[in-house]
Amino acid sequence: MNHRQELIPRGVLTIMAMIGWLSVVLAAPVAIAQDAAPDIAEDATADAVEEAPVSRPAPPGRLVAEDKPNDAGNTIVLSWELSPDDDITLDEARLQGYRLYRANVTDPSLEPEFELVAGVRDLTLQRDEFEDSDRFLIRPSQSFMYRLVAVGIDGTESEPVGLDEPISTTRSWFDPNRSWFLGLMLLISFWITLFIYLAQKGVDLKIRKIAGLEAVDEAVGRATEMGRPILFVPGIQDMNNIQTVAGITILSRIGRTAAEYDARIEVPTSRSLVMTTARETLESSFLSAGRPDAYHEDMSYYVTDEQFGYVAYLTGYMSREKPAACFYLGAFFAESLILAETGNSIGAIQVAGTAEPAQLPFFVAACDYTLIGEEFFAASAYLSGEPEQLGTLKGQDVGKIIGGLLIIVGCLLATAASVTQNPQMEWAVNYLKFSVLGTEEPPEELLDQELIEERLEEQTGTAPEEQAVRWESTEGSGPA
Amino acid sequence: MKRTFPLIIAAVAGYVMVVAYFMPALQQVREDAEEWFNILAAIAMILGGASILGMHLRKVSDRRAGWGFSVVTLLGFIVTLYVGLFKIGVPPMPEYPDRAWTGEYIAQGGALWWSFEYIIYPITATMFALLAFYVASAAFRAFRAKNLEAMLLLGTAFLILLGRSYAGTLLTGWYAEDYPNLTLPGLTDMIMGVFNTAGQRAVMIGIALGIAATSLKILLGIDRSYLGSRNA
Repeated sequence: MNHRQELIPRGVLTIMAMIGWLSVVLAAPVAIAQDAAPDIAEDATADAVEEAPVSRPAPPGRLVAEDKPNDAGNTIVLSWELSPDDDITLDEARLQGYRLYRANVTDPSLEPEFELVAGVRDLTLQRDEFEDSDRFLIRPSQSFMYRLVAVGIDGTESEPVGLDEPISTTRSWFDPNRSWFLGLMLLISFWITLFIYLAQKGVDLKIRKIAGLEAVDEAVGRATEMGRPILFVPGIQDMNNIQTVAGITILSRIGRTAAEYDARIEVPTSRSLVMTTARETLESSFLSAGRPDAYHEDMSYYVTDEQFGYVAYLTGYMSREKPAACFYLGAFFAESLILAETGNSIGAIQVAGTAEPAQLPFFVAACDYTLIGEEFFAASAYLSGEPEQLGTLKGQDVGKIIGGLLIIVGCLLATAASVTQNPQMEWAVNYLKFSVLGTEEPPEELLDQELIEERLEEQTGTAPEEQAVRWESTEGSGPA
Repeated sequence: MKRTFPLIIAAVAGYVMVVAYFMPALQQVREDAEEWFNILAAIAMILGGASILGMHLRKVSDRRAGWGFSVVTLLGFIVTLYVGLFKIGVPPMPEYPDRAWTGEYIAQGGALWWSFEYIIYPITATMFALLAFYVASAAFRAFRAKNLEAMLLLGTAFLILLGRSYAGTLLTGWYAEDYPNLTLPGLTDMIMGVFNTAGQRAVMIGIALGIAATSLKILLGIDRSYLGSRNA
């Protein structure tokens, strides 16, 4: 027996072992129970979840797809009945919106794969129509199926509603809604071409004087006498804008006069392509004036595309260099008055021309001469003096006569329709407004005789002010 | 050839655009032509940049009047180009946090965004705000009652100003129920809706015919001055 055994007696050891064993035996079920508790709780929760009904939003009603008529076959118009959960009278919203899925089912051997076309951001609540347009994916030779789901507040999707059968599109070769426009365009083009032909044959064409264009030589001469530069501003749009093209055609004449008078001309531009075109035009003008040596590229230069950055440069240039003549010929917007007033403050002779009706009053108020609308486009022909170009001006006059006749017919028809309340006359007014002068079919309710008669019956007992309001709201749905 | 080839391109492109307007099947050709223009305009930006650099560098080297402004312009041009091309300060996209260049060049927080937000926008807003003073000075000149037409203009402007402000309602509101069209707001609406609209539409009809004639001249090759023709 060793020393340690003597220190801890065997009885004590036995008692300690028993206590340890008992503690293990008694503690084990508690520990097992504790370990098992979470699993049991989870199982209970899972059972509860399985038992609770899944709250999916109510699906939308019937989905209908139609090929958009008179287009390139790239657009399908979809409409549907709103989900019962999409109700604005509910206390709280139950839906975020809708999701639309599309699948190409041209090849029936392949399993259709539905891809998201539009989500809740596009298909918001109360929206029941959508135009699916994609020039690359939607082609006339292919068929498509659609699925629409309502999306709940928590993102849960409803049961999808689909089409009864696949939809395919057709490509139209002619848009019949634009046939009247085509006819009017051909008619006016015919008259313009006829007058060009007559002018070439030597028929004398009388053109009224346009003061703003007569002043071009005066302005350039003044700049030459004063030894100051000429500033030409071709607007803030690019070469794809017809106003910029019209401005550049006038620049060719101003450039030639400046070359003949040996005046300095500057053409700062807000578009690089306009700068390139202006350089070509000026080079040619100086060449035709017999002064190719006087031309240099820096006459036209690029400033910036930024609208007010361009304005800042121009007003700064005007204040520093004090040009004697300023030409503003092109497309102008908010900068028109800033430029014209600055030019006015330095005492420059100013000629402006634009086809932006909203800017014309500003130019009229601040400039010496303003080319209003058609005068601006007539400038090129007027300044060139070429018979065939002058012929186009006479052709425009015929266009004005046609326009005037249409206005008179429209006024008479509208007045007669208003006085007599005759449905046929109302139909004629709407046909003139929407189909002849517009490029759309009149709204169906305006063509439906029964509906017109019903409306007239309804109107019998209503006040004239209410009728006017109703017609204004109808007009708003027409073409702009 | 230098004139003929561009003329053919302009005429063909023009005819295609006109025909495609009436033929939806050619809509794609029309859209393609518009995209070509955008590509050309983007390439021309290089010419524009070269023009800015060349012109202002010459101005600085010649010490011409105002050459200091040219230095500022050049600095602004180069710094903007640098921060834009190299996406300085642009945060990466959340999907690729380790790739510094994945963010958009104009993304919020970048140097280019900062320069637009805190330099360009305030400056352009300042320029735009100047318009108010220019309107006042132009109105003062336009509305001087020199003759009968100017007096009519002044009277109309006075009516519109009153009718568009609360003063119009305040002054004439007491008989608005009986004679709504004779109140200042009513008269203003009539002037804007009848006389002004009629005048604007007359101008618009003239503009539309002018555009048609100009387009026809270009398509037929009668007017070549936009190409720098010697016949201009």
